[in-house]
Amino acid sequence: MNPLIEVRGLHYRYEDGTVALNGVDFRLEPGESVALLGPNGSGKTTFALHLNGLLRGEGDIQVCGLAVEKQNLPAIRRKLGIVFQDSDSQLFMPTVVEDVAFGLLNLGMDSASALVKARAALETVGMTGAEGKAPYHLSAGEKKRVAIAGILAMEPEILVLDEPTTFLDPPGHRSLAELLAQLPQPKILITHDSRLAAALCNRAVFFDRGQVAGEGPVDMIVARFGWDLAWERSKLRF
Amino acid sequence: MRHAVLERWARGSSPFHRCDSRAKIVALLVFLIALATANRGLPLFACGLLVLLVAALLWARVPVWGALVRAGVVLPFSAVFAAVSWLAGDPARGASLSMKSYLSALAVLLVISTTPLPVLLRGLGAMGVPHFLLDVGQFLYRYFFVISEEAQCMNQAAAARGATVRQWTPGGQRFRASAGALAVLFARSYARAEDIHRAMLARGYRGRFLLLDAARFRRADVLFTAVASLAPLALRIAVERALP
Repeated sequence: MNPLIEVRGLHYRYEDGTVALNGVDFRLEPGESVALLGPNGSGKTTFALHLNGLLRGEGDIQVCGLAVEKQNLPAIRRKLGIVFQDSDSQLFMPTVVEDVAFGLLNLGMDSASALVKARAALETVGMTGAEGKAPYHLSAGEKKRVAIAGILAMEPEILVLDEPTTFLDPPGHRSLAELLAQLPQPKILITHDSRLAAALCNRAVFFDRGQVAGEGPVDMIVARFGWDLAWERSKLRF
Repeated sequence: MRHAVLERWARGSSPFHRCDSRAKIVALLVFLIALATANRGLPLFACGLLVLLVAALLWARVPVWGALVRAGVVLPFSAVFAAVSWLAGDPARGASLSMKSYLSALAVLLVISTTPLPVLLRGLGAMGVPHFLLDVGQFLYRYFFVISEEAQCMNQAAAARGATVRQWTPGGQRFRASAGALAVLFARSYARAEDIHRAMLARGYRGRFLLLDAARFRRADVLFTAVASLAPLALRIAVERALP
């Protein structure tokens, strides 16, 4: 079976000369979800932004059989939805329902159908009733749900979630994890939370200094790179 | 959101709030034209308009005193020109200028405090205002709150390290510190603008904002437009006829 995503030899250097990605190879198989772990600045988000052509580096990227090239970008952006880390950057329309419908209208859908789909997506994420609200009136958890609804409305085949639990309190964190677990799409989850990664993903890929330093089952990668919050292993005592 | 009284008023509920934004814009334009071109019997006409506006504020359940005070924000500006007219020997013109500017501000305030800005922008778009201008307005409005909260956080961070607004520092250090904070705020805003643009592209943006269809213009909106537009005109005709 063909992989949903196949990346070979991806290199990317920022304008200031910083090497962000240095020969990344990656595959996402149908039906699997993968956690991207690694230190801040290791290239995880930069990598994700390449998957739908928001950044263009050197190397080959195929998403659902389509090469990430200019002529394929509209189709790829429909198939692969990215939920950004900061919801305030993603929710730019004046009201919640307009924001969720934004992508649908860009796909050429008429207003009435877009409205129906937007409402259905809001229902999926448990935000029915927030349609007319302004995004800045929402809590961090609600903003994240609306941002996810905006992506789900476009019915993507793959979800990329960039640190989805940032800014959330523990109940919001838990409730978002439950929501994500219910979504059937294969996911790429960028996170520092090893427990969330273990709950949602079959496999983890560890990034370090723009390279894949290791990959395998989540628990194994977490143990190998010491990527958990094991206080008992710390010298701190309370 | 701690700093948006008008936003809170605009999210209220009253028959005035429910009127179509296009109807309010048309009525506002008629009001402003009627006021701007009035000359004979202006004091009486202005009093009549003030009564009309106060009645509309009451109908819209907008705090009247708060609105009257906020409309006064234009007075310092018009007072300068009024003073120049007075010094030039034409005090009547100065008074007329102040009255007109205050009533115009109050009328605009009535519309924006009963219509959420996104709805107002949509109404303007439906009336042919260029989309580029409206998109800029929409982004300014949306991110004004985000950026102002970032500025507040920076201010609190500075205060937490002992900075005070009234603090005197030698050698213009406070000015340099403020300039540095502004530069950081600009850099953050720029970074956010890039993030927003990426988020837009990720959802298929191709250079034009597409919006859900606006609400239909109902009979009640037609009636409102007619009554709200005719009221200032009728008042002006009545005042001018009443004068010798």
